[in-house]
Amino acid sequence: MSTGIKDHAALSDIFNQDEARVDWHDETLWFVRAKRDKAANTLSEWEALRENASQIKDHVLSNLHDYLSEFESNAQKNGITIHWAADALEHNQIVHEILKAKEITRMVKSKSMLTEECHLNEYLQKNGIEVIDTDLGERIVQLAEEPPSHIVLPCIHKKKEEIGELFHEHLGTPKGASDPQLLTAAARVHLREKFLTRRAAITGVNFAIAETGEFVVCTNEGNADMGAHLSEVHIACMGIEKIIPKRANLSVFLRLLARSATGQPITTYSSHFRRPREGQEMHLILVDNGRTQQLGRADFRNALKCIRCGACMNTCPVYRRSGGHSYHTAIAGPIGAILAPNLDMKQYADLPFASTLCGSCTNVCPVKINIHEQLYKWRQVIVKEGYADPKKAIAMKAMEFTLSNPSVYRNAGKAGRWVMKNIPFLVNNKLNAWYNQRDMPTPPQQSFREWYKKNNNE
Amino acid sequence: MSSREEILARVKKNQPPLTVLPADLTALIQYPNPMEMFGIVLDGIGGTMYPVKDYEEMIGLIKTQFSNLPRVISTIPELKELTEKNWEGQDPHSYENVDVAIIEAHFGVAENAALWFTESLMGQRVIPFICQQLVVVVHKKDILSNMQEAYQQIADSSYGFGAFIAGPSKTADIEQSLVLGAHGPKNMTVFVLA
Amino acid sequence: MTVGLFIPCYIDQFYPNAAIATLKLLQKLGVKVSYPLQQTCCGQPMANSGFEHLTTGCNELFIDNFAEFDYIVSPSGSCVLHIKDHLHSEGQPEKAKTVRKKVYELTEFLTDILKVEKLTARFPHKVGVHQSCHGQRGLMMSQMTELVAPPFSKPLQLLNMVKDLELVALSRPDECCGFGGTFCVAEEAVSVKMGKDRIADHVNHGAQYITAADMSCLMHMEGILKRQNSQVKVLHIAEILNAEEFNAEI
Repeated sequence: MSTGIKDHAALSDIFNQDEARVDWHDETLWFVRAKRDKAANTLSEWEALRENASQIKDHVLSNLHDYLSEFESNAQKNGITIHWAADALEHNQIVHEILKAKEITRMVKSKSMLTEECHLNEYLQKNGIEVIDTDLGERIVQLAEEPPSHIVLPCIHKKKEEIGELFHEHLGTPKGASDPQLLTAAARVHLREKFLTRRAAITGVNFAIAETGEFVVCTNEGNADMGAHLSEVHIACMGIEKIIPKRANLSVFLRLLARSATGQPITTYSSHFRRPREGQEMHLILVDNGRTQQLGRADFRNALKCIRCGACMNTCPVYRRSGGHSYHTAIAGPIGAILAPNLDMKQYADLPFASTLCGSCTNVCPVKINIHEQLYKWRQVIVKEGYADPKKAIAMKAMEFTLSNPSVYRNAGKAGRWVMKNIPFLVNNKLNAWYNQRDMPTPPQQSFREWYKKNNNE
Repeated sequence: MSSREEILARVKKNQPPLTVLPADLTALIQYPNPMEMFGIVLDGIGGTMYPVKDYEEMIGLIKTQFSNLPRVISTIPELKELTEKNWEGQDPHSYENVDVAIIEAHFGVAENAALWFTESLMGQRVIPFICQQLVVVVHKKDILSNMQEAYQQIADSSYGFGAFIAGPSKTADIEQSLVLGAHGPKNMTVFVLA
Repeated sequence: MTVGLFIPCYIDQFYPNAAIATLKLLQKLGVKVSYPLQQTCCGQPMANSGFEHLTTGCNELFIDNFAEFDYIVSPSGSCVLHIKDHLHSEGQPEKAKTVRKKVYELTEFLTDILKVEKLTARFPHKVGVHQSCHGQRGLMMSQMTELVAPPFSKPLQLLNMVKDLELVALSRPDECCGFGGTFCVAEEAVSVKMGKDRIADHVNHGAQYITAADMSCLMHMEGILKRQNSQVKVLHIAEILNAEEFNAEI
């Protein structure tokens, strides 16, 4: 990430320097949340579906070893070559080896958050392999040399005029053109040429079915299918948590996924890959990269139930007003904030604090991950592991001392004085982050305690 | 130890005690007229439904809507006279200039206007994705209410590739503005045979 | 029935009127209320900052102060939720458990325990209700817009009993105001922006007062309103539910 040492608060500060843009970002994502609500409300069984999906995923995590083995053996019977990668580097090396063996130096890739997490593009480019992202949003951020800011809507932070400028520069669209219809048409022509000329295609995996050894890829654009069905080599990359037991379980997940993500009743394409096309090689890479460690953290393991719908981002009032890049990790928003510390607690120590714990994320989550409770729990772990700001630790200890001792608290002063001095957000000076943009409460004549003692009418 | 063994060993060590796989849900949404709901939902996602009484009526509509297009292909025997002969079995890239592909679906689903295809109905896997316009034929009796019914229908059928397709290829990646025809078909017409 | 009144530290120090209204309202409804003088804080400011391990003193103090009562009532959904979810004690775990069970936020105590059906209050103003997240999503004081479930609202049920009060509808009825404890200073930019947006929703719909069952959200919004020189005021829901004819113009 190119965000240097800036944390979520500092990056949000920069994002908030253009308030009109924050409003636009917030409204755009709220619009998606509103569509999600509407879609959810078309099904009276919505909450039952969430509960069912949650229980299926719980069950998978509790039996993951056997399901992975079952999936592997069934997929192999279907003619799919299975690879295992312990971490991001091994994943990237496997992809590279497959391409090398076929002497392929140019390829197309449809959306896969796993490959973002593994920084596959950078790795392959360093090794002389050209990767073209074919999801429109991902192609846009790729041209802009930025990471995606949202797992479902990769370029949601970009305005159409900026995209028009990029396309003018890279795809030769007319200067000043910013009509989404026109820009998308230009991308269609540009990317169709890539699909027709690239011999290898990478896709992500939304669901892998233990019982049948098949995997399902969901897109709206059809880019995964264009890539896969025109390629000699199809490489599918998945985290080990994407397994589901039975094909019939898809009915639950496909009903939830798109409704939660964008408010569509289902994605345009839900493609079930079971066997390679005649003459085609099909590879599937099962990636750990910290997942088994997360599985061992009892308080945090159920973050692995995530189906990457992005609903928690769309509903998050902080995400909407700070932008995806402020999370400085591949997966932004509330879910990213509970996944990232597992991989690197120090680097992502700020993320669990980038929340008011309002709980909206937990309520929209189609697999009922207790996101806001995990944010709270990560805070405790991060502080205990020593990644909190030392100044904050001192302030907290001082606060603890006073609040544990009624006489100290009482003697700390008249109404407002103790709170003003000690509650960290209420110190009245110009350097104070409360006072910059908010007035202080006016200290009253007397505290409630003082009033009560005088007027105690018991 | 290989990564495979290492990962599986760590999973075994770290996975929580076994919980049960929940029973399938019951009492799911049912529409009194699935075809009608299918049409409403399809319209909402950018497709168009035409109920037709027979192939003759369908052929008439196809002729008026898709005339003058050089490359029309189909896997449906009843439509042979309208479409290109011997197109199957070529290199998938060669279908890049297909204007219209007409294929049959196993069934449709009212709740989301998705239609289920396996590769045996596609001719080649790439066909429904690479064509400029997609036309689908489905029987009215094969329009189900919900996805649970859909997977009951699919059951353990053994396909190499299968897909639910719901409407034309689309994107809203640019400022959430919906654009049809991102990579694949720019529109989708569904004929529902009585 | 004995009720222990738990007044969070910042309400004690800055918003005594909210506490007084809570006490008077409960007394008016015939409840015998005591305010233990040794109380300080629920410990939430530390816990939400990741320092839950420093809350032992607060926990023990809370149990000592409140274990004896049949019910513990507080005009703060957030503090009540913290007690409910996180109060624990190694020395007296059973007491901690019973305290967690008998702590109530004011409005839920009024609707669920006292089953209040009418109030004498009058408040002839346009009021916007801010659904504080911890009360709403944590204590489930009202239905959440994310869920597919029948609507209800304990605060609204009570406000509807107030004479001449006009509720204003909001575009986003349950979005967070951005206070979030130390979040409000640690993440100043986003916190303030959230507060401004929440206020704008109320103001644009004609609210003269913004009320809530949590004073902390209101303190945050009041800070912004005052900086904007707005005429719109914040008022704890207890003050409205206890509003009398004569002091209706607060």
